[in-house]
Amino acid sequence: MNNMLHVVVLALLVLSAFFALWFKDLISSVISLAAFSVMTALEFYILQAPDVAIAEAAIGAGLSTTIYIIAIRACGKVKKSDGGDGR
Amino acid sequence: MRPLSVVVRTGCDLFAWFLIVFGANVIIHGDVTPGGGFQGGAVAATFITLLLVAYGGKKVFSWVRPGIFNGMLIFGLMAFFLLGLMGFPNSFFYNFIAVPHEVVQATGHGVIPPSGTIALMDIAVGIEVAGALSIIVLSMFRGIRLFREGPMEEESGHDR
Repeated sequence: MNNMLHVVVLALLVLSAFFALWFKDLISSVISLAAFSVMTALEFYILQAPDVAIAEAAIGAGLSTTIYIIAIRACGKVKKSDGGDGR
Repeated sequence: MRPLSVVVRTGCDLFAWFLIVFGANVIIHGDVTPGGGFQGGAVAATFITLLLVAYGGKKVFSWVRPGIFNGMLIFGLMAFFLLGLMGFPNSFFYNFIAVPHEVVQATGHGVIPPSGTIALMDIAVGIEVAGALSIIVLSMFRGIRLFREGPMEEESGHDR
């Protein structure tokens, strides 16, 4: 039972990591990275480290996702309004 | 950053306050359950990032004042150092309010084992981390306003 859960979580981990690289849309990629982080937290919890799991879920899925989204919005603004050097 | 759709905003209204409650729970029970100051502070700092993503920067900056988070940072840091220095005739962070082991066994001193300064240190670290991570996200958000202006202003008399 526990072994099966391990296999499922690790497979979802690899799948979400693959989709984080595969998406062309950057927001989708960041959401996939957040799913990767949630799966990592679940894996930590299964391996009996709930302390690390709380930190991983809060920082990986919450804070760093927000920071990535803010950075992507900022980059989109520059690209759309041609704020670079006109290329 | 413009506010997101009404679905996201309603979800934010529903779940944002539970983040604060859960973070406070993790901080306060930091000495007996998994988690502690850093983890609870990070959960509590997720509140302001959720508001920032859902409602956009203009509204959030009209609601909060970043000086509050600066005050939380400095208060937590000073409380941490004061707690450390208060045990100083013996050592740094000497546990000076802990109930001795014999007294606990004799009187049955409550259900939760008393931990003394550890719980207070967890609260101080929690306040500090919540303030610091909120400051990081808010100042990162303020940084993207530098790129927000679009094309430069019209040339205003460069050769006068």
